[in-house]
Amino acid sequence: MDDDQVFKALADPTRRHLLDRLFERDGRTLTELESELEMTRFGVMKHLRLLEGAGLVVTRREGREKLHFLNPVPIRLIHDRWIDKYTEHRVAALADLKHELEESA
Amino acid sequence: MTTMTAQATQVYSVFIRATPEQVWEAITKPEFTQQYFYGARIEIRDGRRFSAIGDMEWDEEVLEASPPGRLVHRFVAAYDPEMAAEDASRVTWEIEPQDGGITKLTVVHDQLQSAPKTAESVAGGWMYILSGLKTLLETGEPLVA
Repeated sequence: MDDDQVFKALADPTRRHLLDRLFERDGRTLTELESELEMTRFGVMKHLRLLEGAGLVVTRREGREKLHFLNPVPIRLIHDRWIDKYTEHRVAALADLKHELEESA
Repeated sequence: MTTMTAQATQVYSVFIRATPEQVWEAITKPEFTQQYFYGARIEIRDGRRFSAIGDMEWDEEVLEASPPGRLVHRFVAAYDPEMAAEDASRVTWEIEPQDGGITKLTVVHDQLQSAPKTAESVAGGWMYILSGLKTLLETGEPLVA
């Protein structure tokens, strides 16, 4: 699992929609997810497989059912790696500005 | 953090460049946990899971400990009075070796039906913990200095 797969998985509106559906209510079957999308079962399955490959969806068997869970950890890792790094400077710049304004006040 | 009702079963998973044995050590020994688990010193010993943060100490029942593949224990958010009053939930750690020196760690936090405050509170926490654990094992450094 690497960042490329996560970015690729997120670069599709249907897959983001599926993640949003799971965010609202987790642990759903393919049939449930399919009923909320204008798409064939096969299409939804394909998207879910890609999300699973990227680690964004984890499946677990419960009895006879296969449930899909949202796994937010890869998004957190991208946040730690890509967002924090670039926002740190901005936060620091704002802190400096505040400091300077308060000094001169 | 969210507008949804917190989930009674939550699943978190991360791939870590480490051996299953290293991951097992990192989740069962206090010298490791204190570097990524909100500073908590956590130890699995005598069928209990002991936690200490600052001068707060508590312990939970271990339901299964099969190193280095599987650890199941009760979970009580004893660090917060309101959450501590809720029913105990359950945490399962699954550690599975993958190809290429990678280990897959999955945390399933379930039986949260009667612990809604805990359910809402832990969601962001597990992400932070797993991200920190990965960083610690892969770089030897804690995520936050």
